[in-house]
Amino acid sequence: MIRFVLVRLLRAVITILAVVTFAFVVLRMSGDPAQVMLGPDVPQDAVDAFRRAWGLDQPLWIQYLAYLKSIFTGDFGVSMRDKASALQLVLERVPATLQLTLPALILKLMIGIPAGVYAALHRQSFADRGVITLAIIGFTVPSFVMGLVLVLIFSVILGVLPSGGQDTWVHGVLPTITMSIGGIGILARFSRSAMIEVLGQPYIRTASAKGLKWRDVIWSHALPNAAVPIVTIVGFMVGSLIAGAVVVESIFSWPGIGRLLIVSVSNRDLAVVQCILLIIAAAMVMSNLVVDLLYGWLDPRLRSHAAH
Amino acid sequence: MGTTNPDLVELRDLKVAFDGVQVLHGIDLTVARGEALGLVGESGCGKSVTWLAALGLLPGKAAVTGSIRVDGRQLCGAERSDLEEVRGGRIAMIFQDPSSSLNPVLRIGRQIVEALQIHRGLRGQAARTEALRLLDMVGIPDAPRRFDLYPHEFSGGQCQRLMIAMALAGEPDLLVADEPTTALDATIQAQILDLLNALRAETGMALVFISHDLGAVSQVCERVCVMYAGRIVEEGSVAQLFSQPRHPYTRGLFDAIPRIDGPRDRLIPIPGTVPNPKHLPAGCSFSPRCPYAVDACGSTYPSLEFQGDGRRLACMRPVPAVTTSGEAKRRIHEGLMA
Repeated sequence: MIRFVLVRLLRAVITILAVVTFAFVVLRMSGDPAQVMLGPDVPQDAVDAFRRAWGLDQPLWIQYLAYLKSIFTGDFGVSMRDKASALQLVLERVPATLQLTLPALILKLMIGIPAGVYAALHRQSFADRGVITLAIIGFTVPSFVMGLVLVLIFSVILGVLPSGGQDTWVHGVLPTITMSIGGIGILARFSRSAMIEVLGQPYIRTASAKGLKWRDVIWSHALPNAAVPIVTIVGFMVGSLIAGAVVVESIFSWPGIGRLLIVSVSNRDLAVVQCILLIIAAAMVMSNLVVDLLYGWLDPRLRSHAAH
Repeated sequence: MGTTNPDLVELRDLKVAFDGVQVLHGIDLTVARGEALGLVGESGCGKSVTWLAALGLLPGKAAVTGSIRVDGRQLCGAERSDLEEVRGGRIAMIFQDPSSSLNPVLRIGRQIVEALQIHRGLRGQAARTEALRLLDMVGIPDAPRRFDLYPHEFSGGQCQRLMIAMALAGEPDLLVADEPTTALDATIQAQILDLLNALRAETGMALVFISHDLGAVSQVCERVCVMYAGRIVEEGSVAQLFSQPRHPYTRGLFDAIPRIDGPRDRLIPIPGTVPNPKHLPAGCSFSPRCPYAVDACGSTYPSLEFQGDGRRLACMRPVPAVTTSGEAKRRIHEGLMA
C-alpha cells in the first residue's frame, strides 16, 4: 500500500515537472514579454534593461534551472505587471473561482448521477430517452453558446438575473448553471451506461434470486459496482475545480483564475501563467491520486492487484 | 396442504416470448417434494429460461404466460413482494458461472448473512454463527478466517460452494442448479455433484438439475426431462431414459456420448443444428434433423402424451423399444462414468 502511494506520488511529481517545463519553454518561444509589456515604440536600451532585470537575457537553460531552483524553494516569482508575488495574485483569485466551481460540482453530482441511474433503471422508457437527449444537448453545446443563450433568456428577455459581475450571490447563478450543464450531461451518460452494464451482470441476478428487495439489489449490489467508472469522471471534475472555466468566467466577467490566466497570457506575464499552470496541474494530479486510492477502496480486486 | 399435495412446483403451459419471439412453447412440469429432477438439452433449448421465468428473474422485455404454482400459490403475474418471498426462501437458484455470480465488491460473509437476514431474520452474531455453519456444511475449510474475504480470493469450485451455502441460507424446499458444474474442471465437478447429493440427503430439499451432461444428470437425478427448442420432448425415470430412449432426440444425445468400454466406434452426431426460435420448422421442431421423420412430422406437432410405462413422450415416430437390459446397464454405467 505504502509502496503503491509512493510510486503514484513519484509519478505525480514527474507529471507536474513535465507540465511546468512545457509551459516554461512554450511561453518563452512564443513571444517576448518585453515587447508586450513595454509596447512597440520603446527604445532598444529600455528593452535590454527590462530583459536584464527579469533575467531574460540569459540562455534558456540557465533561466530554466533558476526557475526550477526557485519553485523548489517555494518562490513562484513576481508578476511583471503588478510587481507582486505571482502566487499571491493567483491565490487571491481562488475564492472567486471556487464560488462558481463548487456549487457547479454539487449540481453536477446531485442531478447528473441520479438522472443517469434513473434512466438506466427505466431503460427504453420516455424518461430514459428524455435523459439521453438532454444529456447529449448538455455536453455537445459549447459553454459559450450555452452561456449566451442563458444570458439572452434570463437577463435580456426575462430580466431576472444579472448578466455579469460578482457583486451578490445572484450574480453567480447564471455562470454556475452554465458551468454545470456540460458536467451534468456527462455524468448522466456515464452513470447510465455504468448502471446498465452492472445490471446485466450475473451477480445482480443472484441478488434477486436470493430474495432481496429490488431497492436493496440496486443500493447494496448495483451501485457499489457502478461507482468505479463514475468516480473516475467525478475525480476529473474535482481536479478541475481550481482551473475554473476560462470561457465562462470571461463571458460573465467573473474575476476568477480563468480570467487571470487569459489576461496573463496575453500580457506574457510569465511568472503568473506558470504559477497558474503549476497549481492546476498539481490539483489534477492530486485528484487522480485520490481516485486511484478510491478505486482500491471501492473494488477489492484492484486492491490486491495493486499490492502485487 | 403440504401433506395432501406432494407436488411442490407445478408449471402449466408456461410460455415465454422475447420481443415477440416465442422461446418456450408451453411447458408442463411438476416437481415433487424432495425429488431430484434433471433438465437436459442443448444450449438454447429453454432449460434455464423455464426456471428464470418461474422465479420472475427474466428481463422486463420477456413476456411470460401460463401457470406457475408453488404449493398451490400462483406466481405468474404475482406481486413483486410475493416473488421475493419465494426466491431464496422456497426456491433457491445457483448458476453456471459461480465466480461472476457472486458480487465482486462485497465480502462473502456479508453476502451469505444477507440471505439469512431476509429469510430467517438472523442478525449480528447469530447470523455469523449460522453462516459459518453453512460454510462448513458446503466444505469451505477455515471458514472463520475466510469469512471476510472477497469472491476473487476463492477458486471457481469454492465459489460454487459459496453459492450453494448462500442458497441453503433460506432453507429452500427446492434448489434449482443451472449448469452448476459446466464452468468447473472434472474433479471439481465430481465434488460439487457429491456435495449436492449429500446436502439433499441431509436437508430433504428437492433439486432441479439443469445440464447438458447426461453423466452428471444420472449421478444426481431420479427423473429426467429432455427439452428441445422450447418444449419437453421426453420425460421419464433415469433408468427408463437411459435404457430405452424413445424420442429420436434423446437417442441422439446418447449416441453422441463416447463409450468408455467396447470398440472405438465413431460417435454419431445429431446432424444439423438447433433451430433459430425465430424460424422454427413447421410440425415437430426436431423433424428436419430426425432420422425417423416421416411427412406427417413436418405438419403437426405431436403433443406430450403419457406412455404405458409412465414416461411422457412427444413423438409420432418414436424409437422402437427393443433395447436389451444389458444395453440399459451399459448406458447407465456409461452415464455414471461420463
